[in-house]
Amino acid sequence: MRIFVPIDSAARAVGADAVAEAIAREAEARDIDVQITRTGTRGMIWLEPLVEIDAGEGRVGFGPVAPEDVPALLDGRLDSLGPVDDLDWMRRQTRLTFARCGVIDPLDLDDYRAHGGLAGLRRALGMTREAIVQEVTDSGLRGRGGAGFPTGIKWNTVMQAEAAQKYIVCNADEGDSGTFADRMIMEGDPFTLIEGMAIAGIGVGATRGYVYLRSEYPDAIAAMTRAVGIARQNGVLGGSVLGSGHAFDMEIRTGAGAYVCGEETSLLNSLEGKRGVVRAKPPLPALEGFLGKPTVVNNVISLATVPVIFEKGAAHYAGFGLGRSRGTVTLQIAGNVARGGLFETAFGLTLGEVVNDIGGGTASGRPVKAVQVGGPLGAYMPVSKFDTPMGYEEFDGAGGLIGHAGLVVFDDTADMLRMARFAMEFCAIESCGKCTPCRIGAVRGVETIDRIAAGDPAAADLLTDLCETMKDGSLCALGGFTPFPVMSALTQFPDDFACRKEAAE
Amino acid sequence: MHVNAPAPTAEDIRAVVVPLTSLEGPLLPMLHAVQHAWGHVPQAAVAVLADVLNLTRAEVHGVISFYHDFREAPAGRHVLKICRAEACQSMGGEALAAAALDRLGIGWHDTTANGAVTVEPVYCLGMCACAPAAMLDDRVVARLDGARMGRLLDEAGA
Repeated sequence: MRIFVPIDSAARAVGADAVAEAIAREAEARDIDVQITRTGTRGMIWLEPLVEIDAGEGRVGFGPVAPEDVPALLDGRLDSLGPVDDLDWMRRQTRLTFARCGVIDPLDLDDYRAHGGLAGLRRALGMTREAIVQEVTDSGLRGRGGAGFPTGIKWNTVMQAEAAQKYIVCNADEGDSGTFADRMIMEGDPFTLIEGMAIAGIGVGATRGYVYLRSEYPDAIAAMTRAVGIARQNGVLGGSVLGSGHAFDMEIRTGAGAYVCGEETSLLNSLEGKRGVVRAKPPLPALEGFLGKPTVVNNVISLATVPVIFEKGAAHYAGFGLGRSRGTVTLQIAGNVARGGLFETAFGLTLGEVVNDIGGGTASGRPVKAVQVGGPLGAYMPVSKFDTPMGYEEFDGAGGLIGHAGLVVFDDTADMLRMARFAMEFCAIESCGKCTPCRIGAVRGVETIDRIAAGDPAAADLLTDLCETMKDGSLCALGGFTPFPVMSALTQFPDDFACRKEAAE
Repeated sequence: MHVNAPAPTAEDIRAVVVPLTSLEGPLLPMLHAVQHAWGHVPQAAVAVLADVLNLTRAEVHGVISFYHDFREAPAGRHVLKICRAEACQSMGGEALAAAALDRLGIGWHDTTANGAVTVEPVYCLGMCACAPAAMLDDRVVARLDGARMGRLLDEAGA
């Protein structure tokens, strides 16, 4: 009998290790032959720790399982959720990037191969550089880190640049609240990121890669570090990738707790060992990136999606989606939500379907008040905008941004003035200090919101003006997008700002 | 490292950082290595790193002070990082953190009088679908409530 218990840090954070230990102990006591495999998570975080048992007829799920449930689990007295692949949450997804996550042992390269791993890289090795880049362009893949820039165009710029050394840099500085897809894939299927980076390197002519991984993710750092070592031992990385004669190798680098290093130019400065201060663009990192050399900087999910594009073909990938948002979006449903987790699907579902239908509404059972989409720099969307389809242009049109596709749900107890104040406070704490609108503006923003709270009637106009200045005058998205949460809170939830004024009067 | 351990000498620090010199962009890995060895980045490291990397001491200080992770003095025996980001706030993280600080009688970034715990804010541990969350040393704990937070504090000896 095979038993699968997730090793993902979210599962561990709610007790998966204790469950795995209890299974081993109880199985021994009962003298049953059990093989325990630690996998990534399926993404159904509300069911974690989710244990799967395969007694020869497919994987059946149980969850959430507590250590004290284990005797009943092994005696067949615990209610099952049914076959995991048949669960509504799983059946409604289009799992391309996350196909293996939660299924395989993350560090078993044979398991990875058996589930389609390395097929994309093998195909890419038979193609010219131009054909590789064209395949990515044809897939319609856009940067999943938040900006949504077409990945193929970026690769093409780097491919055409002449330089003795080029680099692939993976942005794994996933600092946005409400997002955990990068962490999940790095812990649950690290070889897919390695394979994607190798394809990128071969496509643009880069022989070295770096993953800049935030220090808040110790489990992901450990998994990626071990996976790189295994890939190197097995010839996936090194002087001759899969014996092709093409060289590509990579290193994992740990960040140091600076949110702004998720911005690609400050990330590059940090990787070079400098203060993580934003650089002015141009020059583009594609031409003058790491150490001044042409560099592809892509998000984890963008790079981890590359293998499946090559395995199944660009047309297959581009066949999913909505308008200019092609392929799948890895929705991360989080916060005060009944069914939180990762849900990979074609672009196009509406926000309301995601929150109410898939997420099941709030965890508290109270009405939904707002959903912050796209991290701390994303807008608070009111329920009245729940018909907005999940797509880059569609969200832009509704005054929001899709970002890294994280959604944080708030119930009606949320105080939107406090959330707006927090957005400014966070910007002040994390500002790199290079440009004035962000460095000073965020501090003044906190003060101005405090004036609104104290009943100053002129302060709301001042806040609006300040947000305009930050939006127009900041170098990067930290100062430039902090106005999104602030202004959406102010305009969509005026009662939270007005009632204080009246109360003060 | 024990809080009363002797401060490392320049030679001790050099021995830790010199093997990393061949890396591209070696300063952050070196700072992590120093902090891993001594629990903080001692003042003596600034001159050593400046010398090894041919930087000014001001440049090295500038890098150390930019990042939240690097500390100039040792922390308590345990570090408890409590998430303050939006997803945890939506599940009552703010009140949970306030109660924990209240019980310890300290503020953010402070260490308890017995030296057991330093409490720091963190902005997202990637536990947004099982919030609120905290990290005790390298161990992440999620779906926290008052009782579980209390057990964490007990465990840390606070």
